[in-house]
Amino acid sequence: MAAVTTPHTGHHEPDPTESYLGGETGIKSWIFTLDHKRIGVMYLISVTIAFLMGGVFALLVRTEHLSHGRTIMDADTYNRMFSLHGVVMVFLFIIPSIPAAMGNIILPIQLGTKDVAFPRLNLMSLYIYIIGACFGLYSMVHGGVDTGWTFYTPYSSSDPAHGGVGTPAAVLPMTLAAFIMGFSSILTGVNFIATVHKMRAPGLTWRRLPLFIWALYATSIIQVLATPVLAITLLLLTMERFLGLGIFDPHLGGDPVLYQHFFWFYSHPAVYIMIVPGMGVVSEIIATFARREVVGYMFVAMSSLGLALVGFLVWGHHLFVAGMSEYAAMVFSALTFLVAIPSGVKVFNWVATLYKGSISLESPMLWGLGFIFLFTIGGLTGLFLGMLAVDVHLHDTYFVVAHFHYVMVGGTVMGFVGGLHYWWPKFTGKMYDEKMARVGFAFVFVGFNVTFLTQFVIGSRGMPRRYYNYLPEYELGHQISTIGSYLLGLGFFVLLVMFIQSLRNGKPAPRNPWGSAALEWQTPSPPPLYNFITDPIITRGPYDYHLATEAELDEGWAELDARLAAPKKAHVDHDKPHAHGTSLSGDDATAAKLDADAEAGKDTTADPDGKMDDADPDAKPEKKSDDSDDGEKD
Amino acid sequence: MILAPETFQLPRSMSAEAPSGDALYMDIYWFSLVFLVLITGAMLYFVVKYRRKKGVRPERTRDLTKLEIFWTITPLIFLVIIFHVSFETYVKNATAAEGAMEIRVRGKKWSWEFEYPNGSREAKELTLPVNKPVKFILSSDDVIHSFFVREFRVKRDAVPGQYSYIAVTPTELGDAQIFCAEFCGTSHSDMLGTVHVVTDEQFRKHLDEMDKMPEVCGDTGKEQCTPALWGRTLFVKNGCPTCHSVDGSKGNAPSLKGVFGTLQPLTQGPDVMADENYVRESILRPQAKIVKGFTNTQMPLFVFKDPQTDALIAYVKSLK
Repeated sequence: MAAVTTPHTGHHEPDPTESYLGGETGIKSWIFTLDHKRIGVMYLISVTIAFLMGGVFALLVRTEHLSHGRTIMDADTYNRMFSLHGVVMVFLFIIPSIPAAMGNIILPIQLGTKDVAFPRLNLMSLYIYIIGACFGLYSMVHGGVDTGWTFYTPYSSSDPAHGGVGTPAAVLPMTLAAFIMGFSSILTGVNFIATVHKMRAPGLTWRRLPLFIWALYATSIIQVLATPVLAITLLLLTMERFLGLGIFDPHLGGDPVLYQHFFWFYSHPAVYIMIVPGMGVVSEIIATFARREVVGYMFVAMSSLGLALVGFLVWGHHLFVAGMSEYAAMVFSALTFLVAIPSGVKVFNWVATLYKGSISLESPMLWGLGFIFLFTIGGLTGLFLGMLAVDVHLHDTYFVVAHFHYVMVGGTVMGFVGGLHYWWPKFTGKMYDEKMARVGFAFVFVGFNVTFLTQFVIGSRGMPRRYYNYLPEYELGHQISTIGSYLLGLGFFVLLVMFIQSLRNGKPAPRNPWGSAALEWQTPSPPPLYNFITDPIITRGPYDYHLATEAELDEGWAELDARLAAPKKAHVDHDKPHAHGTSLSGDDATAAKLDADAEAGKDTTADPDGKMDDADPDAKPEKKSDDSDDGEKD
Repeated sequence: MILAPETFQLPRSMSAEAPSGDALYMDIYWFSLVFLVLITGAMLYFVVKYRRKKGVRPERTRDLTKLEIFWTITPLIFLVIIFHVSFETYVKNATAAEGAMEIRVRGKKWSWEFEYPNGSREAKELTLPVNKPVKFILSSDDVIHSFFVREFRVKRDAVPGQYSYIAVTPTELGDAQIFCAEFCGTSHSDMLGTVHVVTDEQFRKHLDEMDKMPEVCGDTGKEQCTPALWGRTLFVKNGCPTCHSVDGSKGNAPSLKGVFGTLQPLTQGPDVMADENYVRESILRPQAKIVKGFTNTQMPLFVFKDPQTDALIAYVKSLK
């Protein structure tokens, strides 16, 4: 962190070596920042708060189920708790979690660019999200909603204050909250699409795009195309409740099933907004910790787009028992099975990547492997629900609850937390306590399975979802599930403490603690304001371990130790870094490593094979990919 | 539980439709289990075998297009097959047999009401003859409910403003559990019921006696029946206690304790005396006069025959 402590006076131009966390400080430098990393960090803090809030609601729900009948709350409170758990987790946490928080920080770095295409729009989307969240909080303060996160009509839209049959809860502020946050999601999507198309570093062809970028790109397409449908649906619901306009309520001449079609036309693709970025994170983690390109790169990349496309065509499977015709159900069942193909392709390729890899089991990899296991269960149980004859029994039971938690928590949350472990050193420049990370993972993994495997069983035995009370025969299952949820909560608590400790007194992180070949690890941790000291030129893919140099794959511990051992010397170095930055290499880290090696008295040549990516200004971008490819083939 | 998954994972099966769906459930269960074990096994094996060792370089990823195409196409074939058999079963189960007995099922917050072909109505409990095909015609008086009979493996939403159908043939004597499976408000989880599957003879006897006061009733079902006690039985069966308390505590609707013979303040118009006529009107036309402070929840409509209404009035009278 020597670079951060560099005192500088009277700069107008930002110091190109200075970390994005240094430089300007104070509240204004954050709330008015246009830097994608700072915006990402603010998103990260917001979604973490939302996650903790949603988690508390979940634990209250589980605690209520410790015994049948009343345990700690009455039915109305329970109905509000499970609804708030759903609303907060879906709209405030999962949807923005990986794309808006993690994607914001990592996407431009992986693209080798300074920022997203529209930095102001990026800041605006954060503020729109926060305004939406405020509406949500307002609704919660006024008693919350008891409609579930799905707001099914006419329960949600028929106001008893006007003689309706629905809920008296504060539905409007909550639907407005989701409506407003939708715009944040759309703007982030537009921004990312434009950035991926227009801002890639020279030499970063589509075939060299990191799989996380492909995943975010697919996600952005869904965000842009599907979210407006949710917006208009919630607006119609609002008009029905507020103005008595008959759209969904049969007492006003409307059709309640129409609402479900509209709602799931967004919310099913939204499932892929949630899971596809998690798949992207896992692709990165698997490649880094197996030191190997993901098998079937193009198939994995295209399967993200495939999921985005097919995801638009399957919404009807949420309505199998809702009064849809048998033949409509047939079409949706067939299309639903298609989703299994790209999901399966990903799982096969991840596992195949491990074959003959060089695997290390540091904590991010544990989350990556955990993702594959849990997501496979989530996907396979999806087959049960896609089968019409089986779904009739399982629909709206705890089996469904367990299934989507395996996908959303076993998938997305594992991906999110895994990504957080993976990129944390890059985001913050600090390492975390590996032992605590493993303990946290163990609790989360075990707790999660205890909670939700049990729910598969009580679900297939007929326990319906969203039940305050239940038959005594389900009590044991509920109790086991609740104990599991406490382990799960404990695991996340350990991780929270671990990350806070890391921020307060974590050991400084080197440039590339995992020895990855990907571009984001070639810039200092944390990255400078413009991400790279000089603009990178890309000459190989992010997973081309056979093309990466020793210097690129070096974890940077020696360089870091050297800098820490001689802080004053490093200090001097960083007062005049421009010379290094341009003359030796486009890559500050390599330059710094060279410095360190030089200081340590080693005799190192910069780049013996001339295979630097984003490095040598003289290297021709397309130069070696072909000949070295052939050279290494056996 | 892995060894005897069918009895562990699925409830008792009591209808002609259940076994085919259960068989599919078991097929896909075994397939999933084997697939999961293979994937996880391969993953763990690779992780152990290819743990990072000094000096061992990972093998470069090769182009495996043929393998990719193989694991794209093979699952597709499998999926087409399971789609086909499950759809076939679904359509067969959804088609009602010729001459099936029609039962009207009305969902209302928070009770199920059943109407037999002879016009008699019953709440919470439904009696069906064994081995006779039945067609349920579902509707809802208020919000969306979902009629779920666990042991029959049938489920369908009851949507306000439209009818939906379930075809089923009970095949086993005994009781099946009814749930509401679509969230419908405060007492959603109390919107339960029981299907009694009985012999043909018992069924006919039940229809004959349903509208008359039975010999015995009450909590145990063994007490000597009086109109007030029968009224209480009907009160409980129709789900009235979910909103109306009888001990004076406040719920979604006025408590009925000590109401009879007193003046009730209304949202509109002058106070009204709670006599037989007022109670009768409040049962049969609940929106006619609403007590002050209770506009948030709408009481659903109930249809009772005169002896039943009299019994309910007798019960309300008895709540001192």
